[in-house]
Amino acid sequence: MPGSSVSIIEVDKYFGDFHVLKNVSLEIEENEFFSLLGPSGCGKTTLLRIIAGLEDVDDGDVLLDDKSILNLPPNKRPVNTIFQNYALFPHLSVYENIAFPLRLKKFSESEIKRRVDWLLNLVRLEEHAQKKPSQLSGGQKQRVSLARALANEPKVLLLDEPVSALDAKLRQELLIELDNLHDRVGITFIYVTHDQAEAISISDHVAVMNSGVVVQYGTPYEVYESPADTFVANFIGESNLMKGDVVEILSDEYIAVEFPSFGKVICYRDKPVKVDDTVLITLRPEKVRIMHNKPTPSDGIPGNVVHGIVDEVIYMGYQTKYFIKTDEGYILKVYKQHVSYLLDERIIKWKDEVFLYWNPDDSFIVEVEEN
Amino acid sequence: MTLKRKRSEVLSSGSGYEKYGSTYLIWLVIFFVIPVLVILAYSFLTRDYQGGIILKFSIQGYKDIFNLNYLTVFIRTVIISFISAAICILIAVPVSYYIVYSKFKNFLLLLVIIPFWTNSLIRIYAWIFILGNNGLINQLLLNLGIVNSYVKFIYNNAAVLLILVYTYLPFAILPLFSSIERLEKQLFEAAMDLGCTKRQVFFRVLLPNIKQGIVSAFVFVFIPALGTYAVPELVGGKNSRLIGNEIARQLTIARNWPAAAAISSILLILTIIAVIVFIYGGEKRETR
Ligand SMILES: Nc1ncnc2c1ncn2[C@@H]1O[C@H](COP(=O)(O)OP(=O)(O)O)[C@@H](O)[C@H]1O
Ligand SMILES: [Mg+2]
Repeated sequence: MPGSSVSIIEVDKYFGDFHVLKNVSLEIEENEFFSLLGPSGCGKTTLLRIIAGLEDVDDGDVLLDDKSILNLPPNKRPVNTIFQNYALFPHLSVYENIAFPLRLKKFSESEIKRRVDWLLNLVRLEEHAQKKPSQLSGGQKQRVSLARALANEPKVLLLDEPVSALDAKLRQELLIELDNLHDRVGITFIYVTHDQAEAISISDHVAVMNSGVVVQYGTPYEVYESPADTFVANFIGESNLMKGDVVEILSDEYIAVEFPSFGKVICYRDKPVKVDDTVLITLRPEKVRIMHNKPTPSDGIPGNVVHGIVDEVIYMGYQTKYFIKTDEGYILKVYKQHVSYLLDERIIKWKDEVFLYWNPDDSFIVEVEEN
Repeated sequence: MTLKRKRSEVLSSGSGYEKYGSTYLIWLVIFFVIPVLVILAYSFLTRDYQGGIILKFSIQGYKDIFNLNYLTVFIRTVIISFISAAICILIAVPVSYYIVYSKFKNFLLLLVIIPFWTNSLIRIYAWIFILGNNGLINQLLLNLGIVNSYVKFIYNNAAVLLILVYTYLPFAILPLFSSIERLEKQLFEAAMDLGCTKRQVFFRVLLPNIKQGIVSAFVFVFIPALGTYAVPELVGGKNSRLIGNEIARQLTIARNWPAAAAISSILLILTIIAVIVFIYGGEKRETR
């Protein structure tokens, strides 16, 4: 069953005076795993409900395979939804919940059985077919609602935070399952979540929303590595955000920025800037290397070196988070991955004097204030 | 869900039952079980022609009522109660649904409850004032020249039905309201998403999920209607007498207390059978 492409074209939505979606445009390719990522209350569910037909738009259009679907009622759209709280029918067994859309289409009993059995197998719930939803665990309910939504063979599956009600471990398992399921059924998935880790781990493309506006669209890699603005830089992953002044244009690619917090460093010039502009620079904590001895720039790339003292150590097994106080009193987050365990390694401890080192490419501009 | 849990839900609907269970039980024994036992006992005692009873075993009370041929009255009572319960539910389901999703939910609920603040006799007289032979509507019709003589709106079975429905409608709305309110609205949206028309949402999702509410509503109307006395007395006609009226007649005019108690006992058994049928019936269909 092939999926459809979805185009959201300049959609506006108001609840009373409240402008929930502000001129939202998105292109979702057929058969892709698309994520809509944003903090709670930013309008993700509303956008999903608009695609499902459960909510009207005040302006704009929604296309499915280049044809407007706005005048189709929800029951006529080839789109199905996994609701945030699953919305399983409490009076029906698992089997009957999945058979529900098929019965509406008046399939023969044998055809219904064939399809429901296939779906039960797909979500691995064969033994639970006769149970009522109230007898299922959260993860099982989620899988029933998946099977039920797929029974209609929709062209687009809408998933509203399908795993957010589950505990962390189960969440991981279900994400992997969802990913496999997507590969198997091969239709378009639109996945809504407020959890950036979920979104970037399984999506082909991600749209980041904030207060009803799409602030960035791209592959998970692009969104993580080149956040469009401060909001995205903060929302996706963690970062050190530092404000400084451009003191010198070194080349087309690099600038020197003076930070009151730790002096002069070299940054990547990914936006046009002039000397004296104030820039907001981001630096991911895992891109920074930490060592006891002052490093020597070896291969021509002028590395940035900052001196500081370990202010806080959070050991997490696979990595350690260090909070380093620079000589000027600024706190920089540095995450060190434990690639291999060396018995004779000199472990960095609290109050140690350390040097931080990073490639200038990893500190880049997210916002420019012209002066 | 086990059968046991469901049954207790229907009967008690709420956690208060468990919490105040023992107090409730004492209350029930003093004000319900003992009087019922007294009535049962009376029905097997001997009639005192001055009124009251003589402490001597007898089944004359039951013989009397069979001689009096109350079968029609019993059947009429059951039919009228059944129809009024059915009408109440037909009205209460859409009304409750509307109230649950209305912006003025609390206000509308208040409107449903307000009639309880007034004595039911006064409310019946209000209806007589409106529908009576010299009532508001008749005067209006006469003055406008639409009719030449008054229309007989009351003193018939239809009037009994109307007032019964009016009186017991809140008892149907309240349990239905709470069972609809308990349902997530997303169930209806999910149903539409899966291909239901509005009509199918109603029959395939709403109705099956409020079955317990419907059973409660039915019981709450049907049972009190079975024993109703004032309504047929005040707005009924010659052919509107119900069991309640016959009990009163045996008690007062005929002074046959054992017979009155015998009718009451039969009514009680009818009621118990009705409750059991409704509750088990509702359950059977559900666990299919
Ligand atoms: N039916 C509604 N009426 C009024 N406001 C609503 C309604 N639905 C959602 N909202 C508001 O719109 C905003 C976006 O909601 P939603 O789309 O559910 O956000 P998200 O799914 O991103 O958390 C929220 O501030 C929410 O309170
Ligand atoms: Mg939401």
